[in-house]
Amino acid sequence: MATHTEFAYNSKVEGEVVVSQADAVINWVRTHSVWPMPMGLACCAIELMAAGGARFDISRFGMEVMRFSPRQSDCMIVAGTVTYKMAEVVRRIYEQMAAPKWVVAMGACASTGGMYRSYAVLQGVDRIVPVDVYISGCPPRPEALLDGMMLLQEKIRREPSARGLLKPRAHEPVAVGAKL
Amino acid sequence: MDTIVDTLKARFPFVTPRPSSDTPAVNVPADQLLAFAQVLRDELRYDMLLDLCGVDWDVASLRFGVVYQFYHSGKKCFLRVATLAPDNMAPAVPSLAGLWPSADWHEREAYDMFGIRFDGHPNLKRILMWDGYEFYPLRKEFPLAGIESELPAADTAEATGAKVIAAPMMGGPFYSGTEEHYHMSSAEPRANDQSWTEDKPKPGQKG
Amino acid sequence: MPTSTEINLGDVGARSAAYAEEMQGEHMTLNVGPSHPTTHGVLRLLIELDGDRVIKCEPVIGYLHRGDEKIAENMTYNQFVPYTDRLDYLAPLANNVAYALAVEKLAKLEMPPRCQAIRVICCELARISSHLLGLGVFGMDAGAWTIFMYTFTQREKLYTLFEELTGARFTTSYTRIGGVARDMPEGWLGRVNKFCQEVLPVIDEVDKLLTRNKIFLQRTEGIGVITKQDALAYGITGANLRAAGIEADLRKDNPYCGYENYDFEVPIGTRGDCFDRYLVRIEEIRQSVRIVRQAVEKMPEGPWYAESAKKIFDPPKSKVLSSMEELIQNFMIVTEGPQIPAGEVYFEAENPKGALGFYIVSKGGGVPYRLHIKGPSFVSLGILPKIMPGHLLTDITCILGSLDFVLGECDR
Repeated sequence: MATHTEFAYNSKVEGEVVVSQADAVINWVRTHSVWPMPMGLACCAIELMAAGGARFDISRFGMEVMRFSPRQSDCMIVAGTVTYKMAEVVRRIYEQMAAPKWVVAMGACASTGGMYRSYAVLQGVDRIVPVDVYISGCPPRPEALLDGMMLLQEKIRREPSARGLLKPRAHEPVAVGAKL
Repeated sequence: MDTIVDTLKARFPFVTPRPSSDTPAVNVPADQLLAFAQVLRDELRYDMLLDLCGVDWDVASLRFGVVYQFYHSGKKCFLRVATLAPDNMAPAVPSLAGLWPSADWHEREAYDMFGIRFDGHPNLKRILMWDGYEFYPLRKEFPLAGIESELPAADTAEATGAKVIAAPMMGGPFYSGTEEHYHMSSAEPRANDQSWTEDKPKPGQKG
Repeated sequence: MPTSTEINLGDVGARSAAYAEEMQGEHMTLNVGPSHPTTHGVLRLLIELDGDRVIKCEPVIGYLHRGDEKIAENMTYNQFVPYTDRLDYLAPLANNVAYALAVEKLAKLEMPPRCQAIRVICCELARISSHLLGLGVFGMDAGAWTIFMYTFTQREKLYTLFEELTGARFTTSYTRIGGVARDMPEGWLGRVNKFCQEVLPVIDEVDKLLTRNKIFLQRTEGIGVITKQDALAYGITGANLRAAGIEADLRKDNPYCGYENYDFEVPIGTRGDCFDRYLVRIEEIRQSVRIVRQAVEKMPEGPWYAESAKKIFDPPKSKVLSSMEELIQNFMIVTEGPQIPAGEVYFEAENPKGALGFYIVSKGGGVPYRLHIKGPSFVSLGILPKIMPGHLLTDITCILGSLDFVLGECDR
């Protein structure tokens, strides 16, 4: 029975000791404090900022800490068109992020190149970094971004984090709306 | 509105009027451009060079042109000046960056997009594409999807295996032109390009 | 008995001067960006520093070059409208209107008054939206985080209005060649009025927080001065030009889209520093609210598209689905594009960031032969190598914030 379990805590019965699976605890911590690194390149960055604003409040999920430094962040949200000129910058910043790290491709341009089928645009950021969640939209509404981040949380919750803690993990992309 | 064109024609014999839908416009040969521009700025007081762009007229004779938009901030009126680069294989036009500093970046862009050299420019290098890019994108024979080449950064190319590819057109661009207006270059991939569809895996993915 | 020793110090002045020169050290090259919170997009600055002082500044752009001009040669005029949204993505409606006006100038089309009034309201609301964000981000760069939150709340109200009118929060793609996509919904004008009422007190509050704030003044007064001659020589337009002291506003000088019918003032600065640019933008928001109020009041009745533009404007669906002639028109315009006569035109509109210019060459047919976009931000960034040297490292953020550029229209 290797599934993760939710843990409840009744101090009178259990006496200040919580028994749970390592996976559950580690994933619970990681899920509820994903610190995004906003790779805000173009128009999607504005919707990312709006999601951080008061109306759509990404802070409810613990994600308002938008760290621009890759060393301090967990999740890189690629928001906007990635051009070939910019590709090396995105890749380098991804490599500087510390594991565990995830990548969210926000918007059509980051997912597949969007409506810019031209000589200068990278046709999808997944050509250079492994993407965990794709969010469609041009730009996606902040609610769609939050939905995507919740999908990411679901994904993190299912990760076998305790197993092979010292070994790096490969990432598998999940499309928005896929049955989990 | 035509008085400025008449003034210029009277002053410079090589100036010819240019048909235009809105503002007065003149044609100037490239070798006289610098002297013409000097007079335009110092005596006629067209103090703002708003815009400058290259055009590929795609004709067998002089193919590359540069079009300037000048503005008189006192009289609030525009003037368009068009010139043609004398050599099709190595197009070059005198640079106006010494007279109007705004020309600096615009000329770099025209060089980047068309390959038109601007003689006398302080720093003529690519501005929108990366420095090692081999092609001139806005030329008519260059396809919109691009031509496959190497990624500008060698370490990223090595780590990911990505290249600068021809963007998958998926049957587009989507419009039909009548024969007389079909001036699109035959280098554009049209609706027969099905080389990459959702059925085939993206490079890097397994099946 | 202590003897005295004579110590020959030599030429102390020369020695200390030589030592100082040796201690001068090298200039440090600092790379700001392209992924950096203060650069407002993917801008890279190569800065040479002498200690804390900037000696040289070279902006590197092109990280967002998407090939819009090449794409335009392969799209019909109406198909290109979504790409114009993404030029200045803080005020998409203004770009839509500027592009539609440029093509209509080429086609020599006059818009009916209702269409013009709708477009004016769109442009001015877009201007308010862009300046609100510009101020918010400028304040944030100077350390005033609250401003960002206040202005973003107001922008959310604008987004609701845009969504009601066009269907999208931003990236509206609202105009078409020959008119707009649809008429205004019921009661929209009332809600616009209500927004105008709500935004003015917020602007006053931002004003109170920043305009006489000692910290803000010290960070912005005398910083990043653009002189009148420089502004003209470098082709700067818009609020940056007006802050330098030049009276130039395309809405007054070469009025388009019915702007001559509205009564508004144009704020002009005196010194051309960051503070003046901030003041000009705040006042422009107030004047935009004034224009919107007038347009709402005087909204004329009538068609919202040019009915005479038979081969250019796609008729409304109710007519297309019931009448043969309109059906054929719809088919021709959708497949072959609006038939614009041959010629060339250069049209500039007073966008929030400056004058957005379109140079369109048409050889007839539905697709342009050459479409060149002059982005005001491209020009604004061109002046950075001139104004940046001599300032401190910390002034860089204020100068960038005050110039209010967006990389979408710079790189296209």
